[in-house]
Amino acid sequence: MNALIRKLVEAWGPSGYEHQVRRLIQEEVADLVDDVRVDPLGNLICRVGSGEQRVMVSAHMDEIGVMAMFAEPESGYLRFDPIGGLLNSSLAGNRVRFEDGTTGVIGVYDSFGKGRTSVPALTDFYIDVSDGAGAAVPAGSPAGFWREFETRGTRIIAKSLDDRIGCVVAIETLRRLGRQAPNELHFVFSVQEEVGLRGARTAAYGIDPDLGIALDVTATGDELRNRKMAVTLGGGAAIKVHDSGLVVPPAIVEWMEAGARENGIPVQRELLGGGTTDAAVIQSARAGVPSGCISIPTRFLHTTSETADMRDVQACIDLLHALLTKPVVL
Amino acid sequence: MNLELMQQLSDARGVSGQEAEARRIILQAIDGHVEDVRVDALGNVLALKPGRAPAGLPRVMVTAHVDEIGFVVRSVDGEGLLRFYSVGGVDARILPGLRVCVGADAAPGVIMWKPIHLGREQRTVPLDNLRIDVGARDRAEAGRLARPGDMITFPGEFTPVGDGAVRGKALDNRAGCALLVELLQGEPLPCDLLVAFTCQEEIGLRGAQVAGQALQPDMAIVLESTPAHDLPDLNADPDEGIAFNPATRQGAGPVLTVMDARTIVDPRLLNWLRHTATAQDIPCQLKSMSGGGNDAGAIHISGSGVPTAAISMPARYVHGPAALLRISDFDHTLTLLRAALQDVTPELLRHD
Repeated sequence: MNALIRKLVEAWGPSGYEHQVRRLIQEEVADLVDDVRVDPLGNLICRVGSGEQRVMVSAHMDEIGVMAMFAEPESGYLRFDPIGGLLNSSLAGNRVRFEDGTTGVIGVYDSFGKGRTSVPALTDFYIDVSDGAGAAVPAGSPAGFWREFETRGTRIIAKSLDDRIGCVVAIETLRRLGRQAPNELHFVFSVQEEVGLRGARTAAYGIDPDLGIALDVTATGDELRNRKMAVTLGGGAAIKVHDSGLVVPPAIVEWMEAGARENGIPVQRELLGGGTTDAAVIQSARAGVPSGCISIPTRFLHTTSETADMRDVQACIDLLHALLTKPVVL
Repeated sequence: MNLELMQQLSDARGVSGQEAEARRIILQAIDGHVEDVRVDALGNVLALKPGRAPAGLPRVMVTAHVDEIGFVVRSVDGEGLLRFYSVGGVDARILPGLRVCVGADAAPGVIMWKPIHLGREQRTVPLDNLRIDVGARDRAEAGRLARPGDMITFPGEFTPVGDGAVRGKALDNRAGCALLVELLQGEPLPCDLLVAFTCQEEIGLRGAQVAGQALQPDMAIVLESTPAHDLPDLNADPDEGIAFNPATRQGAGPVLTVMDARTIVDPRLLNWLRHTATAQDIPCQLKSMSGGGNDAGAIHISGSGVPTAAISMPARYVHGPAALLRISDFDHTLTLLRAALQDVTPELLRHD
């Protein structure tokens, strides 16, 4: 599984420009599904199984990044706009990568002065793409952050675990299903989650499901001075109860917990104070869709060193597989 | 640019939700050039311009919003002055002393301010504290001139200025409306055009949301006006002030949105427009802004999703009483739009 994780987290795909990630996933799922299509916004939609209930499972392909806006006339430094929620406190020194492979380093004004002790405004940052010979990146070029995948025991550390690890959970579940499922399953690899859940919204409209399940990362409460959350790394698959865009219907939480109990899968309840995921827009598609979420606990979200634990990833796959191999009755 | 049409549209009064006058001008101008014209429940004008050979080609929605920013009367106070609030994004710093037109009969008024004899107030007066003076002596007289809900607009004083520019109110987005009307008055294109002159953009893309849902096109192009940022920084040394965002300049041709707060433009459509501009030798520029948005934001997430691009004309001083637009930017935008629409192919929407 690590080879697949490495391939997906190191892939290039800021919101709106997910085509490279989509191609990789398309190759991966080709033999695992009954039908595969790409919808107008670029969501990859894979159908497998048949049954009374239509279930939409969604993991997003896009990652946060930057959009080059213009080059400073004399210095050539690039000004940029954020794609998704960037953390100003951890931007400086990061590397970004454009689609053609050009890399750049993010710099900030006065980094050893005021910038050392205060969090600079986004407009104080710029990107150095110089190669000593006046390299140019055209305005309107998007870039993703760049960092190599790393493992440490059961821990995996990478950029874009948010939400390529959710894509991995979806793909590995499809592999285990072996094209057999007693429900009509639509696995969506969605676009543009980080900029406002845009892909899942239109995918849900098109699919018109009876039930929605998002697969996404969630924060943990086991970082220092961050005890407000109950979720811990290694504590099992996180079953979402509540976040800032979604109240999961109690019947879905109970259904997921029962599935975990029956199969001896470690799980924990997740209540996330800030942030949400695809399920928030799936729930309001058409006349409304009961929706829940299985989350992968992840530290240091939206940095280039997002950290998760493979035991949790495995628990998420086991749980989703257990839930989808029975007819869904809520 | 058809100056007469542009003048009519710029001078027409129509804040968000009260677009009837501008809508009438549009309906008249497109009559005979389109089919299946209707005004929907919210006030969008929808129509079809059939293509010459539409079989197998994407159906393209082309839109421009009709509404303008302005104000509505909230109440009449004891002194016979009007309280009001804004419709859409208005900068309170520019308001004191401006002339306005109130209500259906465009009663002339002025936004109150304190002449310099009476003090040198430097702070911006919040919009809530401003009043409009329509020359009434008391509440009863003011009540006869204006009722709560009446729209308030800047006076329409459209005029050509300098060499090759025009000045007027509501160029955001009557310039887009004029562009769309001129497109429709021209020869049919190969593909079907699903036309929407939308309402209520300035208060939250409301008309476009239902227009997108109703028309369910294969792709969409939004025609807009966008602020030109080619002005000096007012706080810098006058001789050293540099433009703070050189990415959108007047006279540099149509502005293609790459990204704004509501939309990331589909790269397939962006490349198609860029290649068309290059091939036809039409100047164009790219815009990325983390703030702002336009009808594309609502249309692209309607239904099962609609690949959408936005083409804007760079205009100075939009959302004020006197915006400036260069005629060459209008003409280049129309040329680019026509050339691009000639070249709509089924391959355009293929995912690689």
